[in-house]
Amino acid sequence: MENNNIQKIDENLLDNITDYKEIRKGAYNIRKNGKGIERKVTENTNIITKKDVSGIDIYVKENTKFEIIHIPVIITESGLKDVVYNDFHIGKNSNVIIIAGCGIHNDHHKNSQHDGIHRFYLEEGAKVKYIEKHYGEGIGDGKRILNPVTEVYLKKGSSLEMDSAQIKGVDSTIRETKGALEADTNFVVSEKIMTNGTQTAKTIFDVKLNGENASTHVTSRSVAGDKSKQEFVSKIYGNEKCFAHSECDAIIKDEAIVTATPEITANNVDANLIHEAAIGKIAGEQITKLMTLGLTEKQAEDEIINGFLR
Amino acid sequence: MLELQNIYFERENRKILNDINLKIDTNKFIAITGPNGSGKSTLVKIIMGIEKPDSGKIIFQGKDITELSIEKKANLGISFAFQQPVKFKGMTVFDLLRIASKKEITKKEACEILSQVGLCAREYVDREVNGSLSGGELKRIEIATVAIRQTKLTIFDEPEAGIDLWSFNNLIEIFENMREIVKGTTLIISHQERILEIADEIILMKNGKIEKIETSEEFLKNNVSKQCCKKIKTK
Repeated sequence: MENNNIQKIDENLLDNITDYKEIRKGAYNIRKNGKGIERKVTENTNIITKKDVSGIDIYVKENTKFEIIHIPVIITESGLKDVVYNDFHIGKNSNVIIIAGCGIHNDHHKNSQHDGIHRFYLEEGAKVKYIEKHYGEGIGDGKRILNPVTEVYLKKGSSLEMDSAQIKGVDSTIRETKGALEADTNFVVSEKIMTNGTQTAKTIFDVKLNGENASTHVTSRSVAGDKSKQEFVSKIYGNEKCFAHSECDAIIKDEAIVTATPEITANNVDANLIHEAAIGKIAGEQITKLMTLGLTEKQAEDEIINGFLR
Repeated sequence: MLELQNIYFERENRKILNDINLKIDTNKFIAITGPNGSGKSTLVKIIMGIEKPDSGKIIFQGKDITELSIEKKANLGISFAFQQPVKFKGMTVFDLLRIASKKEITKKEACEILSQVGLCAREYVDREVNGSLSGGELKRIEIATVAIRQTKLTIFDEPEAGIDLWSFNNLIEIFENMREIVKGTTLIISHQERILEIADEIILMKNGKIEKIETSEEFLKNNVSKQCCKKIKTK
């Protein structure tokens, strides 16, 4: 019999993607093994189950200030492929924090997969901080697969800041982040990825700056170790007077492979677009400096990587 | 407390260090000076373990440390301030000071040490040690990471390079503090008269050899006119 209550293993997963104790303080929806198991709405935030596809609509009333909304997903069932559509409708001049993420625990040999499609519709003047953490654990040889899609639609004067992190335990991931920006909007993305073993991670950014004074700043920091593979693709289109800065910075170790493909297209003479990409191993002088402070080579490397991915 | 015995270091058929023998006592302030390419930096790197000598012995507090790794030497009580400070993406000034102090430190303690090197602490403690900091700022942070360790032997490789006059005065104060509080030995590569003035002894190196060791007074009397060292410009 399937257990839909929160168990110890679930708490640990939830703790790894957010602060478990904080979840129930505001509006939230916990999804476990493909089903919503707990939900709370507030005066300003409503959550409604979708009828046509699996997923929820989250409605934040206009002028809502400083609410925190948790939308975590956990998977403990080996062999499950979960696809979910979560749409966030953020009212005019609201200012909210949304914490999502997915934790997979797989002790068995079948693959567990979660594909979360998150769409953000921000009305004029709305502000969102979106935090998304992905995490995998378990002793099984079944793969832990996460393919998140984030689509961001920003109306005039709105802004969204997205922090995503995938530091441990995810075997395969394709992350797609898309943005369509109207006038005076700002979309900031900060992504942290670490892969090891034979893990693969592909990240695709596609941001269209369609309105005057729209701006975006995309930063990806990653560490690839062992025989893992990473690919970073960034496509930014400046269709109006706008500003974009994308930055890919990767530390490569062992026999890992990292590819960075920046693409910036200016369709307007006043579009100001910058891309920076750097891939390299940890500088020997960094290790030496930390060793002169008393760390072993391994400790020095860990400190450098922890700082880099902070 | 430190003894170098018959140190040789040769690269590309050039004798960079050619039979160096040196004894340094506890609680001394020793300056090493000499022309470029005389082997000063290599000598201090060998003491720290960043370079390994081709032959010879390094004795520190009665123990042969020639073959020890950098971190083992560091943990025995040797510190090293680099001439060119290293940058780190992501790591903050606080991270470096925490690692350097080898214990959990508070932001307040980190700020105190930063103030000593002339940095307005609150502005710097959470900054990343990256290219957004100027050369002078990086240099002062480098000196702070060494000063906080309070080790028996502290080595500075040209600490005055890239530092302005105001910080330079602070630097002298730091050396004096280290001497008073830690009662350790400072070994410092420098060309600056102000630093040479406060040294107990000055080692002059030339062509991979120690040409002479003199007291500060003797040295400055004999060598300033020969432009062995530079005067600090004062306003």
